Amino acid sequence: MRYLPLTDADRAEMLGAIGVADIDALFADIPLDKRLTDLPSLPLAQSEMAVERKLAALAARNVSAGSVPFFVGAGAYRHHVPATVDHLIQRSEFLTSYTPYQPEVSQGTLQVLFEFQSQVARLTGMEVANASMYDGSTGTAEAVLMAHRITRRNKAVVSGGLHPHYRGVTRTVSEMAGDRVDTLDPDPTGTEDILARIDGETSCVVVQSPSFYGHLVDLRPIAEKAHAVGALLIAVFTEVMALGLIEPPGAQGADIVVGEGQSLGNPLTFGGPYVGLFATREKFVRQMPGRLCGETVDADGKRGFVLTLSTREQHIRRDKATSNICTNSGLCCLAFSIHMTLLGETGLTRLARLNHANAVKLAGLLETVPGVEVLNRTFFNEFTIRVRRNATDVVQALADRGVLGGVPARRLEPKHPWLDDLIVVASTEVNTDEDRAAFSAALKEVLA
Amino acid sequence: MTMNREGRPTAPAATKDAGVSPTFTGNRALDIEEKLIFEVGRLDVTGVDVEDPGSFQDRLGGHARKAPIDLPGLTEPEAMRHYVRLSRQNYAIDLGLYPLGSCTMKHNPRLNEKMARLPGFADVHPLQPLSTVPGAIDLVAELGRWLLELTGMASVAMSPKAGAHGEYCGMAAIKAAIAAKGETRPIVLVPESAHGTNPATAAALGFKVVPVPARADGTVDPAEVRKLLSPDVAAIMLTNPNTCGLFERDIVEIAEAVHAAGAYFYADGANFNAIVGKVRPGDLGVDAMHINLHKTFSTPHGGGGPGAGPVVLSEKLAPFAPVPFVRFNPDGSGEFVETRKQAGDTATPFGRITAFHGQMGMFVRALTYMMSHGADGLRQASEDAVLSANYIKARLSDVMTVAFPERPAMHEVLFDDRFLDGTGVTTLDFAKAMIDEGYHPMTMYFPLVVHGAMLIEPTESESKQSLDQFIGTLRHLAEKAKAGEVESFKAAPRLAPRKRLDETRAARQPKLAWSEPTTPKAEAAE
Repeated sequence: MRYLPLTDADRAEMLGAIGVADIDALFADIPLDKRLTDLPSLPLAQSEMAVERKLAALAARNVSAGSVPFFVGAGAYRHHVPATVDHLIQRSEFLTSYTPYQPEVSQGTLQVLFEFQSQVARLTGMEVANASMYDGSTGTAEAVLMAHRITRRNKAVVSGGLHPHYRGVTRTVSEMAGDRVDTLDPDPTGTEDILARIDGETSCVVVQSPSFYGHLVDLRPIAEKAHAVGALLIAVFTEVMALGLIEPPGAQGADIVVGEGQSLGNPLTFGGPYVGLFATREKFVRQMPGRLCGETVDADGKRGFVLTLSTREQHIRRDKATSNICTNSGLCCLAFSIHMTLLGETGLTRLARLNHANAVKLAGLLETVPGVEVLNRTFFNEFTIRVRRNATDVVQALADRGVLGGVPARRLEPKHPWLDDLIVVASTEVNTDEDRAAFSAALKEVLA
Repeated sequence: MTMNREGRPTAPAATKDAGVSPTFTGNRALDIEEKLIFEVGRLDVTGVDVEDPGSFQDRLGGHARKAPIDLPGLTEPEAMRHYVRLSRQNYAIDLGLYPLGSCTMKHNPRLNEKMARLPGFADVHPLQPLSTVPGAIDLVAELGRWLLELTGMASVAMSPKAGAHGEYCGMAAIKAAIAAKGETRPIVLVPESAHGTNPATAAALGFKVVPVPARADGTVDPAEVRKLLSPDVAAIMLTNPNTCGLFERDIVEIAEAVHAAGAYFYADGANFNAIVGKVRPGDLGVDAMHINLHKTFSTPHGGGGPGAGPVVLSEKLAPFAPVPFVRFNPDGSGEFVETRKQAGDTATPFGRITAFHGQMGMFVRALTYMMSHGADGLRQASEDAVLSANYIKARLSDVMTVAFPERPAMHEVLFDDRFLDGTGVTTLDFAKAMIDEGYHPMTMYFPLVVHGAMLIEPTESESKQSLDQFIGTLRHLAEKAKAGEVESFKAAPRLAPRKRLDETRAARQPKLAWSEPTTPKAEAAE
């Protein structure tokens, strides 16, 4: 087998050195009647070529985003990732290293994490960021738990503009911990009154901007009301690219900012792995979940980096830890950070503007299709349309015509039939004028 | 010392001297220092050319950013150098043996990487119409089938993002199953040797953790478990093979006792790589177990993730798996169930633990690895991993102290620091000295049940030659410690990109993000 360096002669020699007759002697502690005598009924070893052939055949049965006019977003976005990013993350020293527990031989990963944390803090307008969560949804649930620890209250108020999956994860994690969640109804028009739901028992208010339906939300009055009753504002985003153009949540009074970083550096990959971004104020740092990288010096006084404040973490504090998270999204952080470094503020601003411009063009075009209404007054690169037909059928009919034209809201909100005719539509820099024209022509045909 | 014709000394001592004297740049040949992007980048520089959309009427409604972000950029050649230089300051499996016990640093085949990057996997969106992703669903179902076959379990939840997330998923299913019976069971039993994630997971679900002591041979005593069992106990979380590198030989008896008490058996599958193809957890009475695809099935660790932690479940727990999951139809095809509603009467999912469907990129890699190995290769890999660990144990037991010598080791071998008694050298010093010899240290001070723990896991990826050199190195270091050369240990590592780092300072004066250094001039101006 091509991955196993030991030869049969090596094995025999090693068994001799150990002083046992055969390999099964080393498995003697497994109860005899439970040991497998036959191999599991699975295929035997295959050559690289054979495996590649089978997997390529599976892959070929999927419609890849790049092969069609593509307008699907709703929490994961197709962006162009510079070739440099994928080349660099495949460097052996990044790809095949472990969590940097031994800082003297892990400065590469550690410096990247320090740079990543610094980039995320600046993007979100916060003081500190951690070394990543699994994704935006688990980050959101962890932010709620963190707010409960800080405020010593246990009721979260959750906006109807929060991504339904994020809301689901938050609800599951809260229910399991015995906490309360007050969830507003889905808010496709961006008009909910969340202020009325904030009271003296509220631990935190969770608001997404741009919202799941694409609306930009003014966080300031929400932060004010939350702070007035001693609660925290958790600001969420699923499209980090938006921060290139809109005001950062930190500048609007957010106490914890969490979001999905997939858009920078990371491919769609059917939903994962992604990278959760998590930032907060310095005063809350000891309540943060996840790993933190900090600057220090070595024995010669040279600057270096280490994982720090680990007394918050499970490997030290066990059942008293701030979270059970161990492995995070290391390589996805690296991809994010490289892409961010390549862009710089200049490139990010331009790219965000191009995203917005493309979405504005698309909205303008779709508004001319009979039977289509754009629900958003404001948006970044994603908005919601009402098609006055069953949106699931419409999206399927578009797919049958070779256009992936957004996500029916009902797919994520099965309990709310009144959302039946809504489609969440995204347009990023990858879309051309031809793509948009194909989308609007197909939609016109389907709705005719 | 020998001299060549030009009169330059050729012995290593001389080149070492040359290395000690400072260079103008601070670099040492291939060892190049690299500043932070905030020090080398510029705000007006970008390495990405973006088309200009021209002027248009924005629809931001006054939400436009007003202040700069202050994020530097690098052009492509500068970025390339920045990250390539940084990469060279990392140890990696591709550089050498990486004996981190419990972490399973095995070879990461590059075919896995290539397959994960096929556009049909990498460039598909999780919310495309399901009719456009049949190959993706089949891949998830196929991986699920392999996991069920290898574990002998009834069902699998694919969405957990990592091992600890899998623990959460499995324990949440247990909590939901208990609630469905109308019971309240607030306690979870966790052996002292467990990974920290186990008690942290139980606590996150609102359980009270009660530790189970280890017996003298490093395993769990069923009698101790029986003493702790009561109608208040929800589950035991047991790692098997355990973190001392031993197979819990009374596991069947423990499982029976746990079940008799109405509780569930959660197995931490972090060490499943030792027993693939040798025994199936389902046959041992396990109710739930996560599988770290990034350990057992070789998806790369990536400097700390991403991982993936699918959870296999017993018949009793299967209905409680979170959405989304793959339902296997009688014809063998897989169907994707995304919502509680879709689950229908056949299941009562406890909720959702992540957006979308799980770590598809890791699923592709893991399935590629499994298909490459096949059932025969997977079993051989487990055997080779166990053989290699026992070989290290046998060859080092006269100079180092094996914590639990009576039982055969599994895929990893645990040493304690008794062999360093009186030398002044600690486990930390010993580990740091390995760095100078070109090795990443083993896992240190874990598990907590032995003093100065050193947990060594060689994996199946090492040749005998590589194992012999590693063994020779540790023998040499052990002998050196015993010979009283304590100073050289205290100074280690001397040859790494950094000497020992001041972790106390990092924690006491946390500096977690870059900030512009305050220059004396700027201070004067204030």
